[in-house]
Amino acid sequence: MKKFTKTILGAAAFSLLAGSAMAADAKACFIYVGPIGDFGWSYQHHQGLLAVEEAYGDKVETAYLESVPEGADAERAIERFARSGCNIIFTTSFGYMDPTNKVAAKFPDVKFEHATGYKRESENVATYSSKFYQGRYIQGQIAAKMSEKGVAGYIASFPIPEVVRGINSFMLGAQSINPDFKVKVVWANTWFDPGKEADAAKSLIDQGVDILTQHTDSTAPMQVAEERGIKAFGQASDMIEFGKKTQLTAIIDDWAPYYVERVGAVLDGTWESHDVWHGLAEGNVAMAEYSNMPDDVAAMAKETEEKIKSGELEPFTGPIKKQDGSDWLAEGEKADNGTMLGMNFYVEGVDDKLPQ
Amino acid sequence: MTPEIATAIFLTIATAATPLLIAALGELVVERSGVLNLGVEGMMVMGAVTGFGAAQITGSAYLGIVAAIICGALFSLLFGILTLSLATNQVATGLSLTLLGLGASGMIGENFIGLPGVKLKAIEIPLLSDIPVIGKVLFSQDLIFYISILLTIAIWYFVFRTRAGLTLRSVGDNHTSAHALGINVLKVRYLAVMFGGACAGLAGAHLSLVYTPQWTENMTAGRGWIALALVVFASWRPLRIVAGAYLFGAVTIAQFHAQAQGVAIPSQLLSSLPYIATIIVLVLISTNKRMTMKNTPASLGKPFVPDR
Repeated sequence: MKKFTKTILGAAAFSLLAGSAMAADAKACFIYVGPIGDFGWSYQHHQGLLAVEEAYGDKVETAYLESVPEGADAERAIERFARSGCNIIFTTSFGYMDPTNKVAAKFPDVKFEHATGYKRESENVATYSSKFYQGRYIQGQIAAKMSEKGVAGYIASFPIPEVVRGINSFMLGAQSINPDFKVKVVWANTWFDPGKEADAAKSLIDQGVDILTQHTDSTAPMQVAEERGIKAFGQASDMIEFGKKTQLTAIIDDWAPYYVERVGAVLDGTWESHDVWHGLAEGNVAMAEYSNMPDDVAAMAKETEEKIKSGELEPFTGPIKKQDGSDWLAEGEKADNGTMLGMNFYVEGVDDKLPQ
Repeated sequence: MTPEIATAIFLTIATAATPLLIAALGELVVERSGVLNLGVEGMMVMGAVTGFGAAQITGSAYLGIVAAIICGALFSLLFGILTLSLATNQVATGLSLTLLGLGASGMIGENFIGLPGVKLKAIEIPLLSDIPVIGKVLFSQDLIFYISILLTIAIWYFVFRTRAGLTLRSVGDNHTSAHALGINVLKVRYLAVMFGGACAGLAGAHLSLVYTPQWTENMTAGRGWIALALVVFASWRPLRIVAGAYLFGAVTIAQFHAQAQGVAIPSQLLSSLPYIATIIVLVLISTNKRMTMKNTPASLGKPFVPDR
């Protein structure tokens, strides 16, 4: 039996409907930034929760809260979970970083896992992320090959390191094929608003881009691209159903192996704080089928994917200059993890001013 | 700017403005009757999921629209029974209607996630749609767009030029006097609430059948609240709602274009422009006491119990 918790967060209030629960060995709880039905970021995390249920059955009780706004509400939600007997809490958005650490300090016996962050202020906080940027590099290469105008549109959410890294990696991939490639970046300032994302997509297409990529969570931009007859990349989930003639590939987040492993560690008492950053090689990031492109482009993409998996290719390898033309990485030099995780600058060639 | 780009931009603006316009028009009628229904967001999202589902099952976007309208009206009836017959607090009831709608639509729509929707086809009006720019923007749109324009005119005419509209306003301004004159206050309010619900449902259908033909939870993303703000923004006058909705849409789209053009203004500031504009107008309106007094329904939000 699982405890099923579903929440709707409105202005400030939230209500909890809880079913009955039988005694389980551990309780794993998840906090999502969007609705599980976004078919993007939160949807994929929820698939991870389902995998945990599948793997441990009655031994693990699960609970989740969806659409939890980043900020003060998040702290309340995390604390509520900590009080309700959760043994491990996964907080799955960058903006939960400070609330997670704050609550973790108050509940030393509860394990906290924060996605995409870099702060581990107490022993019971671990961080984990996936190297989505590896997929963005491949997308950049495909975009440079497929775009006739040499301009791609990039719908971004918030100027946090993860998103900036993605833009830079996309740009580096594109430049490796076409040094003059341009990217137009539009900040939607939301993770999830299908209408707004569609508006951003339309505006970019009207501005003349012929390839669209997104770092927001809904399938709306893919649909707009399909309607307008240009190509696009899916985000977080395979969005091919929304763009049969449009999707080139998609970066798929697969959190299931990690969640199953970490809940397992809680069950057998081996859980320890760590910071992991898995990518294509470990299967946490996967590419959807390369479609709607000529065979040679697909072959190139596959080759790049293999090279990244084997470690032969690392997108952030010098020589790379920063946007202002100053040197960042020398020939052959690789970016260190600290700079990667806190990335707050663009590489040369990105045609946008990074919001601060 | 070439005519093609201008047309595309206008079309995008119209698409962004239409759901706001329809939902706000419905709420205007509700508030003119003296009832404040804060459940627009919930009714809208229920309309969106019903519209999507009905279109998915029947294969017809038009049946989706009909279903969304009916669903919105029935959902608002729940609000009506609570606030009108049982005289509950309108603000609290409206808020719970929103929460209920968001939750219930998520449950109803669970199986619709990840399905591409049925898109409502555009209807080209012969001859008129051939006019450059204007023809494309005004005369080759989808049915809901045409409804939104006709609805604006119809509601303006109804509220200010008909006897029934006068009755509606009198109930909203002073329900005790209206009652004394023999007007069935609760009946008028029930009809107004249901009309508002039907409009919100239709606005929701626009989201899931035209704007972004898909179902995702919370897909209204706060548009119901913007519609509510628009009613005040327009000081309860239908034609001003059109201006407000299109202004809001235009600023939203303009900021995306400014960003894509690389205008060196922080994107956070650009994103907040539509909301800043709304606040400025609200401030301007509220400083003009006379106009506020003249237009605000005096009984707004006050419960009426006939036998008291």
